[in-house]
Amino acid sequence: MSIINTILLDGMSAAGGAIGAGLAAVGAGIGVGNIGKGALESIARQPEVAGDIRANMILAAALVEGVALFGVIAGILAIFA
Amino acid sequence: MMMVAMPSIAQTGDSMHTTDAQVPVQVDAQASPEVHNAEGAEGAEHAGKFNIKEVLFGHVMDSHNWHIFTFGKGHEATHASLPLPVIVYSATKGLHIFSSSNFMEHHEPVAYKGFSMNVIDGVKKKEVITADDGSKVYDFSITKNVLCMLISIALLLWIMLTVAKGAKNNGTTKAPTGIQNAVEPIVTFIRDGVAIPYLGAKYMKYLPLLLTFFFFIWINNLLGLLPLGFNLTGNIAVTALLALIFFAVMMFNSNKYFWGHIFNPPGVPFAIKLILVPIEFLSIFIKPVALALRLFANIFAGHTIIICVVSLIFIFTEKFGAGMGWGSSIISMAFTIFMFFLELLVAALQAFIFTNLAAVFIGSAIEEHHHDDNHATDKAVAH
Repeated sequence: MSIINTILLDGMSAAGGAIGAGLAAVGAGIGVGNIGKGALESIARQPEVAGDIRANMILAAALVEGVALFGVIAGILAIFA
Repeated sequence: MMMVAMPSIAQTGDSMHTTDAQVPVQVDAQASPEVHNAEGAEGAEHAGKFNIKEVLFGHVMDSHNWHIFTFGKGHEATHASLPLPVIVYSATKGLHIFSSSNFMEHHEPVAYKGFSMNVIDGVKKKEVITADDGSKVYDFSITKNVLCMLISIALLLWIMLTVAKGAKNNGTTKAPTGIQNAVEPIVTFIRDGVAIPYLGAKYMKYLPLLLTFFFFIWINNLLGLLPLGFNLTGNIAVTALLALIFFAVMMFNSNKYFWGHIFNPPGVPFAIKLILVPIEFLSIFIKPVALALRLFANIFAGHTIIICVVSLIFIFTEKFGAGMGWGSSIISMAFTIFMFFLELLVAALQAFIFTNLAAVFIGSAIEEHHHDDNHATDKAVAH
């Protein structure tokens, strides 16, 4: 009985929310890293379109960050609701 | 907590008087730890202890008075805050307009004219006005968010009307000066980079909406970075309303090719159509939800990070002393300055993303029939 109580703590939902937000951050890191890699390789291949590539890179990075922040919102809901 | 309760329950048979006093206290403390914690936290705040949840939610939540800053501690603290008008209507009491300072007398909450302001959910500080006779209260007050919106609208009107007047007077032959010089390239960028590529020939009908989205979201994001306590786009209700407006425009302007492609995608085998059509139908509703949530999450996360990093200084001072506080302030301030620059970028970027995606989705809803759609392969055979 006491072992189950030790595992099922009051702060379980907060721990779940924090772990979820951390995993979302990992996803964002991998996603934006891939975008940066593609952008750098493209600029190396054709430096004169660096401006176009930079604009598209920032646009794609914002969309990926949006998805990661959906995960953070789910974490916040787990902690406070 | 379980171990402590066990002996008191075991003793009930022994003597009624000693355990009667014990059991209610034990059950009370066990049954409501969150209420006790919230009260303890609020009580501790009055004792001078730093409570980060109160600081964070005091900054980002809506409120009936605009608290700017507090100078000093304890009961002699001077609060620089602006009490805002409360406009409430109830079926039994009629319409009442009064200042929200009537709800507080010497820092104690009181009822006024049969209304009382309850702060429910002690951590998140949601203020709800209830009537003493239990009737339903319709709250139309000018809260902090409403005042923020009015200020940002006034700023927007001032800037845009100046630019419009300059454009009308100068025409296309004279070079623009002043603020018109700054705003015109942005308007031209939205028109040439966002509206025309995605909306085609009919872009003029939607360009005012796109420009309104962009400048409204951008100016409110920027205002949220000031330390005065603006937080309009960091509120899910406001971003949900912007997304609802976009959804209404998309729905009222969608043509039959759009709905045809949703319910009967061309060139898709029948078995895949069974899976694809529900997904396509759901995606119509997911688009505005994603738009609202993306903007809200970005701005709210930015505010939260900045408040938490600055609060680290106060937490360190409390736990480890003044020396640790001064030391951590160097790192905290450096990180906060970096976060502020990032938030400046995010403010403009999120406004642009909202506008861009709105243009893309409206463009997909108003697309005309193309002859290069693969309707010819509708009866394609599997190979």
